[in-house]
Amino acid sequence: MTLIVTQALTKTYGGRVHALADLTVSVEPGVIGLVGANGAGKSTFIKIMLGLIAPTSGSVRVFDLDPTIDTDKVRARVGYMPEHDSLPPDVSAAEFVTHLGRVSGLPRTAARERASEALRHVGLYEERYRQIGGYSTGMKQRVKLAQALVHDPDLLLLDEPTNGLDPAGRDAMLALVHRIGTEFGISVVVCSHLLGEVERICDSLIAIEGGRLLRADRISAMTAASDVLAVEVSEGTDELAVALERIGLPVRREERLLLVPLESESAYDQILKAVADLDLPLHRLDQRRHRVAELFAQRETADV
Amino acid sequence: MSEASVIHDIGYQRYTGPRLGRGAVFGSLFVHGLRTAFGFGRPAKSKIFPWLVVGIVVLVAVILAAVRAQTGIIPLTYIGFADTMSWVVILFVAIVAPELVSRDMRAGVLPLYFSRPLRAADYIGSKFAALVAAVWLVLGVPQFIMFLGAAFTTKKGMSGVWTEVGDLLPAWGYSLLWAVLFAAISLLIASLTGKRAFAAGGIVAVFLMTTPVFGVLQILPSDTAQQLAGLASPMTLISGVGMWLIPGANPDFSIGRFGAVYGIETVVLISACLLLLLARYRKVASL
Repeated sequence: MTLIVTQALTKTYGGRVHALADLTVSVEPGVIGLVGANGAGKSTFIKIMLGLIAPTSGSVRVFDLDPTIDTDKVRARVGYMPEHDSLPPDVSAAEFVTHLGRVSGLPRTAARERASEALRHVGLYEERYRQIGGYSTGMKQRVKLAQALVHDPDLLLLDEPTNGLDPAGRDAMLALVHRIGTEFGISVVVCSHLLGEVERICDSLIAIEGGRLLRADRISAMTAASDVLAVEVSEGTDELAVALERIGLPVRREERLLLVPLESESAYDQILKAVADLDLPLHRLDQRRHRVAELFAQRETADV
Repeated sequence: MSEASVIHDIGYQRYTGPRLGRGAVFGSLFVHGLRTAFGFGRPAKSKIFPWLVVGIVVLVAVILAAVRAQTGIIPLTYIGFADTMSWVVILFVAIVAPELVSRDMRAGVLPLYFSRPLRAADYIGSKFAALVAAVWLVLGVPQFIMFLGAAFTTKKGMSGVWTEVGDLLPAWGYSLLWAVLFAAISLLIASLTGKRAFAAGGIVAVFLMTTPVFGVLQILPSDTAQQLAGLASPMTLISGVGMWLIPGANPDFSIGRFGAVYGIETVVLISACLLLLLARYRKVASL
């Protein structure tokens, strides 16, 4: 089954501003990253899928339904987490999520049960009885995610779920989104302007720029190339580069980092040995999949 | 720790139970609105004002019932009670209407509502129904207290009770008219701003500003002008409709033969407010 299909989807505001232009994608269920700079048209795309705004031309189908016609049917199966602050300060999370569960059509007791379930899944326990006004940004983001989950949707639309979170909060939120996509069996569309963030958790990526599609593909197809090791030493970067070249490792400089393709298991040991031989202070040595970002970086500069 | 007290992570459960339609959603929003109006499910701070108003109207009703029981004098009729309490009702809607709509706007909650199977008409209809019910309760319950006082102390037996019922029912209808008109106007004003204080001020201002217009028209030498003066202010407008539909409702104010004009203006005013509200939320919902 295809989850979302668009055909030449176009949205124009006032006849001049193109929020989306001729967007044609077809998305399979899973965790989908929707990446683009601010103003690239991510939010517009989400609003069209929710049936909040109608496309100027072209078509979109979600679960093989047209959101502009079967709005209620689509919305009943979709959970939406908006980007901006959207929680009343003076009610408790438990009460608020229960209320929204009832607005989604759950009976009273089911709404209450599912609200506590959803809040538990996002990691809010006893604090769910406290007023939302006293929550940290991370907790508020979790409440917003819980209200999107409360009616057990088949698709979650998350608009910048990591907005305003510190690095630890980002990691926790991304892990949670990944868990929802894999363990809960709910497809997720994650919007972000940070590619490095979503590529870790997504099965497929849609990149848009200025309302146009840059690329849509499965992550596995994009990261076919092997992983990269990043080495950072606080001094003697040049000596290390020379040493690594000498033992047959192709090194690439990126500011203060040395990037070495991880072609064999022994690369780790070889690098460590080279660093130890030169007696250099090693800052970090980590593995990363850098290829996706590079692909987009090249495409973006070419397009703009 | 015993075996039974271990918390197991049972994982995510899919929901397979019933999903209710728009009618049930409307009902739950209505109940939620009515609870909000009286501060239930909210901190103590937001209960102060509505319950102060309830306290005042109930106290007045108890005093009226007591005076009547002791002395046999009727200081205020049921309808007169609704008219006399108008300022309290204005304060009540000025606080509650922003609580119902401005708060959602301020907190940005609307996208959460309108991304669910809910229409702008459902949202605003349930808020309107909740405010109407709340205002009606504020007037209708004290009227019922007055009725209880009168019914238990009547000296004419069952026929006296029936007379009182005959007076109470039109007065309840009259209170409903108050509730509908005030709810429509105050929700429209409150929906224009996310700031509760501005909304409350705006609502009081609209009712305050129109009263002097009525006063000025009333002292004009022309009979027609005096009889039509009530059209200028929502409060006197309702009194006029009361006069038209319920003979002898409001003896100190004459509407001549213009009763139907009052009725038409009331209907037009209420419909206009509701249509504007709907148009406003159609726009807000698509954001």
